[in-house]
Amino acid sequence: MKRGLAAPLSALLMACRVVLAGPALDISRLDYALQARQIAPRTWVLEGAVEDFSRANGCNIINTGFIATGAGVVVINTGPSRLYGEQQRREIARVTREPVVRVLNLNLHPDYFFGNQAWADRPVEALSGSLAGMQAEGANYATNLYRLCGDWMKGSESTPARQAIAPQSVSVGTHRLEILRLAGHTGDDMVLVDHSTGVVFAGGLVFAERVPTTPHADVARWLQSLDQLDQLLERLPGYVVVPSHGPVHSDRRGIVQTRDWLQWVTGLMADSARQGRDLSEVLQTSLPERFKSWAAQPAEFHRTLTQWYPRFEAQSLSEQSLVK
Amino acid sequence: MNAKCKETPDRDPQPGRRAALRSVGSVLATALVPQVVWAQTDPTGGDPLGSMQWPSLRQHYLGTAPLQFSTQVVLKGPAFAEDAMNVPLLLDARALGQTGGGIERILVLVDRNPVREVLNFEPLLALPVLAFRVRMEQASPVRALVKTRDGQWHAGGTWVQAAGGGCTVAGATRTDGSWSRTLNQVQARFFTNVMDNSQRLRVRIMHPMDTGLVAGIPAFYIETLQLVDHAERVWWRLALHEPVSENPMLTFELPVRPEGVLRLVGRDNNGNRINIEVMS
Repeated sequence: MKRGLAAPLSALLMACRVVLAGPALDISRLDYALQARQIAPRTWVLEGAVEDFSRANGCNIINTGFIATGAGVVVINTGPSRLYGEQQRREIARVTREPVVRVLNLNLHPDYFFGNQAWADRPVEALSGSLAGMQAEGANYATNLYRLCGDWMKGSESTPARQAIAPQSVSVGTHRLEILRLAGHTGDDMVLVDHSTGVVFAGGLVFAERVPTTPHADVARWLQSLDQLDQLLERLPGYVVVPSHGPVHSDRRGIVQTRDWLQWVTGLMADSARQGRDLSEVLQTSLPERFKSWAAQPAEFHRTLTQWYPRFEAQSLSEQSLVK
Repeated sequence: MNAKCKETPDRDPQPGRRAALRSVGSVLATALVPQVVWAQTDPTGGDPLGSMQWPSLRQHYLGTAPLQFSTQVVLKGPAFAEDAMNVPLLLDARALGQTGGGIERILVLVDRNPVREVLNFEPLLALPVLAFRVRMEQASPVRALVKTRDGQWHAGGTWVQAAGGGCTVAGATRTDGSWSRTLNQVQARFFTNVMDNSQRLRVRIMHPMDTGLVAGIPAFYIETLQLVDHAERVWWRLALHEPVSENPMLTFELPVRPEGVLRLVGRDNNGNRINIEVMS
């Protein structure tokens, strides 16, 4: 029933995007219609739909980006498919003549790295934990994405990053870049901070106006990382936050929203388990008003409950079991 | 208001139109044989969930016993099974409590599973409410068929979409080998007033519940389970089958909290016994 309603809604959202963002993607030609939007000096983003994966949006739900540093282009994330990576590469070449010198995957999730196939001749780097995760889970991701996205995945194979990168500060061209190693959304979350422009590529740690995904989450660690990001923004005048999912913004909105959601959903699960509610009942929870307009509902919320709530239930029984 | 909808052989909301189609069909019989056959017989046997499997499912499990589809039998499942090995279902037939002399038993079936029978629940002294989890091999109708003591069956159900595969991969404890260390361990706890004026008993039993559909792993599952009080009264009785999820998490509703020591008694299909005391 809910999925039946979701289709027209996503069609409507797509229609809105047409108005706001220029040419829409073309399913018949498998054209993502990627359009680089400049957000800071020498810095662009390719914005994905603020939705869940679907054929209608080409499974392009991620923001990727690039910085033309003056000494070559640094690319951040490569999208959900080989086709995306190829089209991303063409769009970057249309915007700048600088060669691409580095490609970064901010974490292990498939939409961060499935476009790596198009960058086989460039150094593609990720944190070591992300790299190991891509190698371990890539085949499963491929199966899932082919099922969800269909033809958009043509010719795509899981292509993990090839080089492990350590946290570091590095000057590339005119840009002073800092690579941070945080965690919580996954086991190894890279954040790229451009101190020259104030742009923060926050990866999966920050979601804006969209329900966070949690398949590899460690909530306590995630909340710590959000605090660290908060402190970072404190010291970064004129910052711009690029979340992987959700609109680019220049306030604390994404951090506040992500923290709010994580605290709410874990509180809901803890309270429900204490009261003895079953997963089937908790799945019927209607969201507080402040979350209702967020994208990827209810799928992402239900995914989180389905994955995590059984652990809360098991714990509530083992803590006070009446079995001798 | 009577919420039941009697099963009828012809559920077409526009019978006149259908009759007209039939007459046209008879004129064009030779040209349109397949379409005419389709129009004249409902291949779902009047199933509100529109499943072609329903007629044979009904025949197999209920024979010719009388059945009506009823909104008084509620089976809630997720619209989409995010985890096909643990699809949470909530059965509630309290609305039928006073019908036909009360409820005798409740049969849960999944039309498109390789093993269609999930469980058989006799509420006895408990309320006709049960939460449990199942494995689903593909998207399917899921049904609760309630038999009242007058012999009448009342059918409710829901569609669950699924990516599937839940019956044909090994569970977590089978994969990591930990099942043998925890086999038939039980945890149980009472909760008050989750539903109105009742006592909720939640039970979790560690068991791999192997379906027999994973290569080299024969079917291995809990077959029976019941709750017995100190006076040997049985409060509810459950027969389980292969599709019930690994480490079953079962939720029952009792009208009152039984006094004294309770026992959970059952066995699996390899003869391992469950006989656990639960302090009430």
